[in-house]
Amino acid sequence: MNFDWIGRESDTIVVLLLWHIALSVIPVVIGLAIALPLGWAAHRSGIFKSAILGTTGLLYTVPSLALFVLLPPILGTKILDPANVVVALTVYTVALLVRTVSDGLDSVPVETVQAATAMGYRGFQRLVSVELPVAVPVISAGLRVAVVSNVSVVSIAALIGTQQLGLLFTQGAQLQFLTPIIVGIVLCLVLAIVLDGLVVLLNKRLTPWVPKVVHA
Amino acid sequence: MITFENITKVYPDGTTAVDDLSLVAPSGKLTVLVGPSGCGKTTSLRMVNRLIRPTSGDILLDGESTNGMDEALLRRRIGYVIQHAGLFPHRTILDNVAATARLTGKSKREARLIAGELIERVGLPSTFATRYPWQLSGGQQQRVGVARALASDPDFMLMDEPFSAVDPVVRGQLQEEFLRLQREIGKTIIMVTHDIDEALKLGDQVAVMRTGGHLAQLATPEELLTAPADDFVADFVGRDRGYRSLGFVTAAPDLAVRPEPAVELGSTPEAARAASTDDWLLVVDGHRHPLGWVEQRALTGPITIGDLNLSGTVASRTGTMRQVLDASLSAPSRRGVLVDADGALIGSVTAAEVVGSLDEIRSAKGAAS
Amino acid sequence: MIDYLIDPAHWTGSDAIGVLIVQHLVYTGIALLVAALIGVPIGLYVGHTGKGTFLIAGVANALRALPTLGLVILLVLIIAPVFASELAFVVPSLIVLVLLAVPPIMTNTYAGIRAVDASAVDAAVGMGYRPLKVLFSVQVPCALPLILSGFRGATLQVISTATIAAYVSLGGLGRLIIDGRAQNDYDQMMVGAVLVALLALLVDLGIGIIGRFAVSPGLTRRRIRSATRPTTPSPASSALVAP
Repeated sequence: MNFDWIGRESDTIVVLLLWHIALSVIPVVIGLAIALPLGWAAHRSGIFKSAILGTTGLLYTVPSLALFVLLPPILGTKILDPANVVVALTVYTVALLVRTVSDGLDSVPVETVQAATAMGYRGFQRLVSVELPVAVPVISAGLRVAVVSNVSVVSIAALIGTQQLGLLFTQGAQLQFLTPIIVGIVLCLVLAIVLDGLVVLLNKRLTPWVPKVVHA
Repeated sequence: MITFENITKVYPDGTTAVDDLSLVAPSGKLTVLVGPSGCGKTTSLRMVNRLIRPTSGDILLDGESTNGMDEALLRRRIGYVIQHAGLFPHRTILDNVAATARLTGKSKREARLIAGELIERVGLPSTFATRYPWQLSGGQQQRVGVARALASDPDFMLMDEPFSAVDPVVRGQLQEEFLRLQREIGKTIIMVTHDIDEALKLGDQVAVMRTGGHLAQLATPEELLTAPADDFVADFVGRDRGYRSLGFVTAAPDLAVRPEPAVELGSTPEAARAASTDDWLLVVDGHRHPLGWVEQRALTGPITIGDLNLSGTVASRTGTMRQVLDASLSAPSRRGVLVDADGALIGSVTAAEVVGSLDEIRSAKGAAS
Repeated sequence: MIDYLIDPAHWTGSDAIGVLIVQHLVYTGIALLVAALIGVPIGLYVGHTGKGTFLIAGVANALRALPTLGLVILLVLIIAPVFASELAFVVPSLIVLVLLAVPPIMTNTYAGIRAVDASAVDAAVGMGYRPLKVLFSVQVPCALPLILSGFRGATLQVISTATIAAYVSLGGLGRLIIDGRAQNDYDQMMVGAVLVALLALLVDLGIGIIGRFAVSPGLTRRRIRSATRPTTPSPASSALVAP
């Protein structure tokens, strides 16, 4: 490890880290916003379910590097545009979360939904104030997987040249120099752990009714 | 014959599940282990095929010690039926049943032939052979479980709450059928249940166990009802002991059965009134099988199904005093209808006559002993 | 892009498209085979005995967070000097591919075995199946859907990462993307991306088809369960009421 290098490059590393955070987190937020209605639709209708889950499953099989290359002509963007990365990761996030949201809503006990209906909740009101809150633990489990894998996948975009921690890997490879690679890996891991922890915290805040001790 | 010799099971955490249990399950008989949860009945059962190893003591099969026996070979000699059937979800019903026959060295062809016969024997249509377990109801799966245990034609059978997971109506059917099957095959069976009624209904002998793995009483169902060993057994056997014990008393041969007038469905009100001795008149079909009672004064036209009062039960002349008494108590005429083996009318008897006959049986017993 | 594809020059020589496809498949196959040899026995052992469960969950989570690109480059830089010539690039890449393929195979094998109906296993042991027969005649067939979905996940991961490994000179379709980027040849990149995507889809489809034949119809009922499961006792069983 060359700590002098880290000191010298610290400004660049911080910029790359901030880019990395943005590119990992924004797709999760957009992806969740898209996955919620889609997942609800899948949960409600059998035909829709296999269509939605089939399509998103198909998108999930496309390797990330291929998607980074295929998106620019489809979106009309330049190859270096960070928007490509955001869209690609949003696609993966949606693919992952649609199933999770649908499973989460499926996990709400039928009696709970019936009780809410009997009390006079209307459809949308019931979804927002009863079904979604009860589905939070399942949805946040999917969110954790999405956040953590996004942090890893974002770095692959360095092969195209997008700004983020992945550039430390390509830089290290070109210079035959281990320090930037190790710094990149460590920062990616730390970022993944922190973001994962945030989702766990958020889940706890949203579900005070879940017993503190959860059996693994 | 299965013999428990001073069997004790202490788990690593120090709890004693079974404490110095000794009992004999006689050949060809059904022995039921019954007791509250935590009394060690399932542990006792599972020690027979060594799914659980006893801490001390020995279990003998026809006098042969099972300690040190090859466990897999031992298990192949013992049919095993469990609560949720435990069918193999990836195999057809036919192959599920054939599994035990294959284990005892039968060829695939032979095993399937045996399995096909057993599927029908336990009361399932042969078309079920090609189905998978998920396509069957719980009761049907349980029949397959019994068929599978029988496919290797074992001398011994262990049944762990075999009928507990199905609804009461289906459970009743399965119990009746199993009793009939057991009369034909005469296996040496140990069955575990928490349901005392099931134990009394099915068992040739019943072992009541209490928490801590102690044997409280080993007796025939009738003895349990009439002479419980202590408060625990009396309490566990439950209420209505006196009435339920009549289920073990055969209808007395000298029971005074009086002729009961009866008319066929479609008879005119005039014919009915002529035949009747009081308000209520018995209606039978062409084979003299009782159908129900009519109130002859209310008749306005030929007797139809709609006129029948169906509250009365019917007792077989060779049935139990419990059935006879119930028939007399449930009939609107207060006369219990007795039928022969073919279900044809013999006559009737009143509750007072049944109770009188019971007193005679009791005093005769008292004089004899 | 079409021009690139129909140019005969791109179908001959050591980096012909056909060769790259075969290379990609060979790397994927080798990595999966090795990963299966490691992941399946461990998954079976932990699932069958229940020992070492904590290990499985921990390893799976940690590896998901590892940036694959960084890992590939790091390993190549560290291991490459040990190997002579071409192996210097192939072996480290293969190690990473195996490393990434093991967790999904291992965890799904484990989860599949654990999810097998406990009463079916109890019945199998109780009727006298020996431990290995319980494992291979009951537990593995019942766990097959989950095991296969683990392979599916592992395969996608490996195909995707093998593409990335072109950056450290591994062959395969990733070459077209990496070399195209270096030469600013966008057509070449597009061809690579489309072929990789197609390859992934076809392989995924292939595993799905294998699953359809390998998994017993007794297990694949889930999607049709509510539609076909008898809700009322069939006439056959109600006819059995004791007379």
